[in-house]
Amino acid sequence: MSATTQSRTAPDRRTTSKTARLLGDRRLPVLVTAALFLVMYIAGLSRYQNYGFAEPQVFMNLFIDNSYLLVAAVGATFVILSGGIDLSVGSVIGFTTMFTAWLVERQGMPILLVIPLALAVGAVGGFLMGYVIQNFEIQPFIVTLAGLFLFRGLCLVISKESISITDSSVSSMAQAQVSLGAGFLSVGAIVALVVLAAAFYVLHYTRFGRRVYAIGGNEQSAMLMGLPQGGTKIAVYTVSGFCSALAGLLFTLYIQSGDPLHATGMELDAIAAVVIGGTLLTGGSGYVLGTVFGVLVLGLIKSIIQFEGTLSSWWTKIATGVLLCAFILIQRAMTARKKT
Amino acid sequence: MAEPRPVLEMTGIVKEFPGVRALSGVDFRLFPGEIHALLGENGAGKSTLIKVLTGVHSLDGGTITLDGQSVRFASPLQAQQAGISTVYQEVNLCPNLSVAENIFIGREPTRAGRIQWKQLRRKAAELVDRLGLDIDVTAPLSSYPLAVQQLVAIVRSVGTGDSVAEGSGTKVLILDEPTSSLDRDEVLELFALMRRLKEQGVAILFVSHFLDQIYEVCDRMTVLRNGTLVGEHMVSDLDQVGLVQLMIGKALDQLEELHDHQLHSGVGEPLLQADGLGRTGGIAPFDLEIKKGEVIGLAGLLGSGRTELARLLFGADQPDSGKVTIGGKQVSMSAPNDAIAAGVAFCSENRKTEGLVPDLTVRENIILALQAARGWTRPIPVSQRDELVAKYIKALDIRPANPEARVGQLSGGNQQKVLLARWLITQPKLLILDEPTRGIDIGAKAEIQKLVVSLSEDGMSVLYIAAELEEVLRLSHTIGVLRDRRLVAQIANGPEITTSRILETIASGEHQ
Ligand SMILES: Nc1ncnc2c1ncn2[C@@H]1O[C@H](COP(=O)(O)OP(=O)(O)OP(=O)(O)O)[C@@H](O)[C@H]1O
Ligand SMILES: [Mg+2]
Repeated sequence: MSATTQSRTAPDRRTTSKTARLLGDRRLPVLVTAALFLVMYIAGLSRYQNYGFAEPQVFMNLFIDNSYLLVAAVGATFVILSGGIDLSVGSVIGFTTMFTAWLVERQGMPILLVIPLALAVGAVGGFLMGYVIQNFEIQPFIVTLAGLFLFRGLCLVISKESISITDSSVSSMAQAQVSLGAGFLSVGAIVALVVLAAAFYVLHYTRFGRRVYAIGGNEQSAMLMGLPQGGTKIAVYTVSGFCSALAGLLFTLYIQSGDPLHATGMELDAIAAVVIGGTLLTGGSGYVLGTVFGVLVLGLIKSIIQFEGTLSSWWTKIATGVLLCAFILIQRAMTARKKT
Repeated sequence: MAEPRPVLEMTGIVKEFPGVRALSGVDFRLFPGEIHALLGENGAGKSTLIKVLTGVHSLDGGTITLDGQSVRFASPLQAQQAGISTVYQEVNLCPNLSVAENIFIGREPTRAGRIQWKQLRRKAAELVDRLGLDIDVTAPLSSYPLAVQQLVAIVRSVGTGDSVAEGSGTKVLILDEPTSSLDRDEVLELFALMRRLKEQGVAILFVSHFLDQIYEVCDRMTVLRNGTLVGEHMVSDLDQVGLVQLMIGKALDQLEELHDHQLHSGVGEPLLQADGLGRTGGIAPFDLEIKKGEVIGLAGLLGSGRTELARLLFGADQPDSGKVTIGGKQVSMSAPNDAIAAGVAFCSENRKTEGLVPDLTVRENIILALQAARGWTRPIPVSQRDELVAKYIKALDIRPANPEARVGQLSGGNQQKVLLARWLITQPKLLILDEPTRGIDIGAKAEIQKLVVSLSEDGMSVLYIAAELEEVLRLSHTIGVLRDRRLVAQIANGPEITTSRILETIASGEHQ
């Protein structure tokens, strides 16, 4: 094919200006969120310096106190990247806490047996929702909304009361600390970081991960390109179900009880973290690393409000709302630019 | 060549959509090592035949044999695995992924399950390079114009190029209007590639409305009309006139009417004046004057800035220098609304992503721009609206002629006509047509060109962009030549202007 190429005078390279290229870069929202986190952190440092904000442990605590949210948000990232939504996250987390507490406390099952069981239940739940979405072509919003009610209902089937966990192996697991130089991390935080690393690898270095982006970009095209788009979709909801169950286990460890009302509405926190992390709700664009910053920003808002002392906790919600709005507007501006 | 066994044989194919019988008992066969043209008017059923073959649509009747074995694919994936590679009519790729990924997704080079990005990018760069494309394969697909996207789709379908026949096991390559937005150069590259694949024994199905292209590369052709088989012929046995007759079912003499320069009516007073209008990365500052009733054709290679120029005049991109005056008044051009209000209409080349709303009906799609121009608070009276819609459906011969049909279900060419109708109906002062005849069959193409002539006679100015130079030359009073994102010449059309002179100007960048 080289014989006729020399006459080409019009390379279609878009020699756009630097700023234009930066604005069009898909990594920009992640950078914005990371910068926001840094600014907030530095502001916290200067304001609460005398109250111990500078301790490295304050930073580590962000991971410890939000480990379950991070795991749930990673699952939600898969779903949102694929162009879907999963509203069942909070209910699955709540259900897992109940399920775990009930099996450990009431049935005397060893926690090491309960863990795989709980994960399997979450994954199967996600698989079924994915199956229905794919095979009956029903909106994910509706199907996972049904999942939300179903799992919340199942919590109450197990017990109407909360079950606190006194099992010694659970509490020793919950209290275990992994020391890291200047501070320590909990088992939950370590698990969350491992999940994060795995998700990053899967999304960027496996065919499955790339298919998630492809169906988020254009599902019809993905199908015509010969990608197994149906299987990918089901797998995405399975991943989310699995992550929710894992988040439920971490939440159980963190709070050491099961309660039918645990984690109500946490799916919205997860979605907020994903969006603040720069992932487009329409799918196909975003990074799981952005989600980490999304979770950290939400966590930092909580910590700052705790440090402030006088502010009530609903300021967290207000701040989250404001951020969410701001980030959706940024995304809007970016997609509008891309079209032109 | 003694007739070997066909690699693909379809017999008695029937496909019905609600209310439309798209294919009724079509037979089709494809031999190894041949390039086979599938021909027919817009809506004849070409794309549908391809889609039932490759498992996009289910089959309502008939049999398909591939290599002597009866097959029925449930999805494009299965067809691909059986050795049928397809480029569908509209570019069907993922705009959010990089060019390299679009080429390789689904069969990325991996080691122990890990995608080898470096290798993937290098291979992708080699492949696009071989097609004579000079692009950054790591950039998202959406950052490139339609023609490049079309080429990327082709690169994807032929995969590893040379080794395709042995390597990936492709037996059949299907190209549904792959050349609709390509320039001559790209078309030549594509043809060279097709010939090489043919030598390796790949059977190629090729759809195009450019009859010259058919005669250039194809060996055999199958003609469809209204979902039925009209005939199968060797290309050498049938001349163009006979072919057109087969396609439309009657002789076509109206085509000849337009043949010589119709340097119709003179032009009027200046309408639009662009002074030093430009945009970094889009097109260098240019001056352009468009008079009332004037048709200005833009000529230039792919990526020379034709579309970019048009987009500036419509406010779809913001200029960063210069100004525009329309009818003596300066217009801000910061958004398409400003342009629309000043009487400019823009019929985009990219009907899929920028134009039509597939889930709305033909009527709704046609009326959209007119309604927007009037403002949403002043609905168009129903009777007047229906009359207008009916008029344009008829004028452009949109099929089916049903204003309530969903646009997404129309054939590609008919969708293009709907988009055209949308802008014609607004009766703009300046109509910008970017590749208006893309994917349109030969009869309808002549109709549209006649329409442009008559619009200009009625005093409408037209900015006409087309890859086919003959088309530009036939219609324009003035020809603007672009090269490397610069308007290098404006040539007054006349008997002495020929396509080769324009080509010279494009090549040298100056007009003698
Ligand atoms: N999904 C669909 N639903 C309903 N009708 C359809 C659908 N797809 C195609 N059709 C109809 O089937 C007929 C054949 O369409 P097809 O797309 O095969 O035409 P074509 O020969 O490819 O035309 P073109 O040259 O314009 O691409 C048309 O009448 C079209 O309206
Ligand atoms: Mg077609």
